[in-house]
Formats: sequence, C-alpha cells, structure tokens
Amino acid sequence: MIELDRAAYSYGGDALFADISLNLTPGSFHFLTGPSGAGKTTLLKLCYGALQPTEGQVRVFDEDIGALGRDDVALLRRRVGVVHQDCDFLDHLSVADNIALPLGVAGKVSSGTKDDLTELLAWVGLTHRRDAHPPELSGGERQRAALARAVIMSPDIVIADEPTGNVDWEMSQRLLKLLVELNRMGKTVLIATHDLSLIRAAKAQVQARVLRIANRGVQLAGADL
Amino acid sequence: MSVFSDLTSLLRSDAQSVQVVPPSGFTAQLTIFTAAAMAFLAVFALALSMASGRLATTWGDELARSSTLRIIAPQAEQPALTATAMRILESTAGVASARPLDAAEQQALLAPWFGTGVDLSTLPVPQLIEVIEAGTGFDSAGLRLRLEAEVPGAVLDDHRQWRAPLVAAANRLRTVGWVSALLLGLSVAAMVTLAANASLAANARVIAVLRLVGATDRYIAQAFIRRFTLRALGGAAGGTVLGMFVVRMLPAATDRAGFLTGLGFQGSEWLVPLTVPLLAAAVAFVATRLAAQRKLRELA
Ligand SMILES: Nc1ncnc2c1ncn2[C@@H]1O[C@H](COP(=O)(O)OP(=O)(O)OP(=O)(O)O)[C@@H](O)[C@H]1O
Ligand SMILES: [Mg+2]
Repeated sequence: MIELDRAAYSYGGDALFADISLNLTPGSFHFLTGPSGAGKTTLLKLCYGALQPTEGQVRVFDEDIGALGRDDVALLRRRVGVVHQDCDFLDHLSVADNIALPLGVAGKVSSGTKDDLTELLAWVGLTHRRDAHPPELSGGERQRAALARAVIMSPDIVIADEPTGNVDWEMSQRLLKLLVELNRMGKTVLIATHDLSLIRAAKAQVQARVLRIANRGVQLAGADL
Repeated sequence: MSVFSDLTSLLRSDAQSVQVVPPSGFTAQLTIFTAAAMAFLAVFALALSMASGRLATTWGDELARSSTLRIIAPQAEQPALTATAMRILESTAGVASARPLDAAEQQALLAPWFGTGVDLSTLPVPQLIEVIEAGTGFDSAGLRLRLEAEVPGAVLDDHRQWRAPLVAAANRLRTVGWVSALLLGLSVAAMVTLAANASLAANARVIAVLRLVGATDRYIAQAFIRRFTLRALGGAAGGTVLGMFVVRMLPAATDRAGFLTGLGFQGSEWLVPLTVPLLAAAVAFVATRLAAQRKLRELA
C-alpha cells in the first residue's frame, strides 16, 4: 500500500534520513516513533505526497509520488485520510462543515451526506459541538474533529501525526480506540508518536509494528516496547 | 483546466457548496464600489462616443453637404443674374445640383423674422440658390472667382469651411470615448487582479487546508473566480444602471442641437451600455483566473 524504496529526504542541507526501504501492507497498523526533530512528520508527508523524496522512490497505491502532478496529488489525498500535527481547519466554517469539507472538495456531497456526518460526529463524540467553530474547540476535540475529517471519504489509508499530542490519557485512549476500530475495518493505519504508553496500549489491542527513526534510518523496534 | 468548464461551474449554482473562502467584508465592498464607479464612467464614455459619432454623421451627411448662394441685387435684375449663376453652377465640377428657392420657400425662411403676411416682392430680399455638392466637393475659390466676374452681388456661403473641422473634432471625440471605455476596462482588470492577489495571499492558510483535504487547483481557483466575477458583475450592474439613469436625465437633443444637449443614447444605442456589466464580469473572470493560476503555482 505504501512502499518506500531507498528513499531519502533533505530540506536542503544534510539528508534527514536516507536509504529507507519500507513496505506497509494493506490492513497493517504501524507506529512511527523517534525523538523530536528526527523527521517523523517529514516521513509522513512523503507518504501522502506533500513532499517528494530527494532520492529513491515512494509509491502509494502503486503510484510513484515523485511522478505525480499537483492534480494527481489532490486525487491521492482523497484516498489517504490524514490527521495533521497542527490540525488546521477553516475557522469560518462550523465543525460539521469542516468535517464534510473533503466531500465538498471532491464534489461528493450527496443526499446521504447528512446522515453520514451525524454518524461520524457521534462516533468521535462531537455531536454536541457540530455547530461550533474550530477556534472554540479544546485540543482533544480538535484532534477528534480532524480524525473525523480524515475518514469521511472512507480512505484505505489513515495517517495520523501525533494524534494524541495535546490531550490527556483518557482522551488519548479514546482516540486510539477510534484508530484501532478503523484498522479493524481493514484500513491501513500509520501513526507518528513519541508517546510510548500509547504504543503499549495499542499493542494490547492490535498487532502493531513500531518503526523507529534513528541515525538517519528507520529500524523496526524490538519487543522491548 | 479549461475556460469552458470554469465558466459552466461558475454558472451552476450549487447551493450545497459552502463558502470555502472566508468572507471579507471591507475588500468586498471596495471591489464592488470600484466596479460600480468604473461602470458609471464607462456609460458616460460610451454616451460620448455615440453622441460624437452621431454628430460626425450628421455634419458629414447630405444635408450638411449643401452651400447657399445669395444673389443680392435689385428685384428687376435678379432673374437674369440667377440664370447666369445657374449656368455657372451647372458647369462647375463637384456640384451635384443647384436649385433656386421659389418665393414660397424664401417666405418660409423669413417667416420667423417677418411673420407670414409679408409680400417678398416689395422687399429687397436676395435670391437664394441651394447648392448640393457631389463627391469630393467643388473648388469654392475658383467658383467665387467666376461668380465675381459674371454675377455681381453673388455671395457663396460655403458650409464646408466650418463643417470639416467639426467633423474631425467629433470623430476625435468618438475615439476618445472608446479609448476611455477601453482604459476603464483595463482598470477593472488591474483592480480585480490586485484584489484577487491580496485575497489569495491573505487566504494562504485556507488554501493549504483545502489542499490537505484533496482540493485541486481548479476547485480552489473557482472559489476565488466566482467571488470576484460576481462582485464585478454586481458592482458594474449598479454603476451602469445609475449611469444610464443620469444620462437619461440629461437635457434631450433639440433641432438647434448644441453638442452638449445631444449627449446620450438613442434608440437601440441604449443596449450598448447594458453590455458593460457583462464585460466587467468577463474581465474579472479572466483577471482572477490568471491571478489564481499564478498564485497557486507559487504556493505549491
Ligand atoms: N519546511 C522545512 N524547512 C526546513 N527544515 C524543516 C522543515 N520542516 C521541518 N524541518 C526540519 O526537519 C527536521 C525534522 O522535522 P520533522 O517535523 O519531520 O520532525 P518530527 O520528527 O516530526 O518532530 P516532532 O516530534 O517535534 O514533531 C527538523 O529539524 C525540522 O526543523
Ligand atoms: Mg512532527
């Protein structure tokens, strides 16, 4: 589903990482961990086409990211749900409109959209906040709204960057539960986090693999986690 | 992205789509106001063009191609002198026709001054001959010389002398009118480009979010194109209606028309200013589209 073939990336200076080869199979559940600044966000961006590898190849749905035009990247984004680290929304729209935005952008708003949206809001526990505006949300509510927006197009891949970055333990467990549920529905899940307790909790629920960025490379972390 | 599909999606009213670009009250009002002001001025520029075009035609047409020959002589000598003058005129190159006015016509011309009950034969009234010129006209200096020799007391009033510069002036005014309208159109383009660029830059974050959720450049550009095209259309429509109303209120042209009283539209000419809002919208459409394409490439 997501394949990295000797991929490297650099923001101009030294390569942040190099020679990375990975293969995330359909339905798999992966964590990406590593110290702050190691390049977790960068690696995720390579996986959804926001960045192109400076060397090597990244393939998503068997398509070479480096060969995609801007419109192709846009189409790819509709098949990959992404929860960004900073959870950016359109502040002038309601939470419900923000969550439905990918549908509008793709021209996929239909008569069933309202029901889907209601269901999705209930799933992330934001039914009572549907008419609020993003700046009025708490950190955890933002994360959940972002997750709902990421999955409204029923993507095959869900990528989340620090989805539990600024929420308490209880809320992080709730978010994890949602991600695990998505994985059980057959979606490929890739989560960047440096929250080891989250990884431990996940391992109790699904078969999760942990990738660690270190020394400009990616290793499969051992059973010590 | 094709212009055609951009146009059709502009015309399709999709009530379901939310306003993805946040509303911007003040800039929106400025854009609408400027479009209205430009349209208002454009209506006057067009009125100027049309009016001067009409003047040029009037002054240049058959009626204005006439001159008058006055034969000032005692009543008794007039018939002979008139006959001589007619002979000279008929043999002059560039004269299409010449015709002595009869007593009734002369009476009618004098009626405004003397009333209708005057017997012209008792007054020392000159005999008038209407001369219509043909093609490039006649050589008035040569004609005067011949008349001087054979018809003493003949005075040629050659209207072309004052007509030619007036026709030239009217034609020039018409050009000025069209150039003004063109400049106003270009100003609308410049204004919309500036406003669209500012709006695109101010909404860089919105554009980033839209891209993250899978928006194509076309979709994003469309949001801006729609907004600015509708603003230009609305503003220009208001300005045009106001301009047409003011033009309508100007004093109407009369027979003794000075130029100032003729400024306006006549008959089907009133349809011309109605194109102003459509042209403004078209200009805004193209300007925003170009600005958006450039900016979206830049922000990639
Ligand atoms: N646009 C950019 N231009 C230049 N350098 C960048 C850019 N984005 C990130 N970097 C640098 O690349 C490195 C990796 O950044 P990245 O965001 O991928 O780290 P991360 O592992 O996600 O960190 P964190 O855990 O804090 O989110 C950092 O040193 C960062 O400063
Ligand atoms: Mg990061």
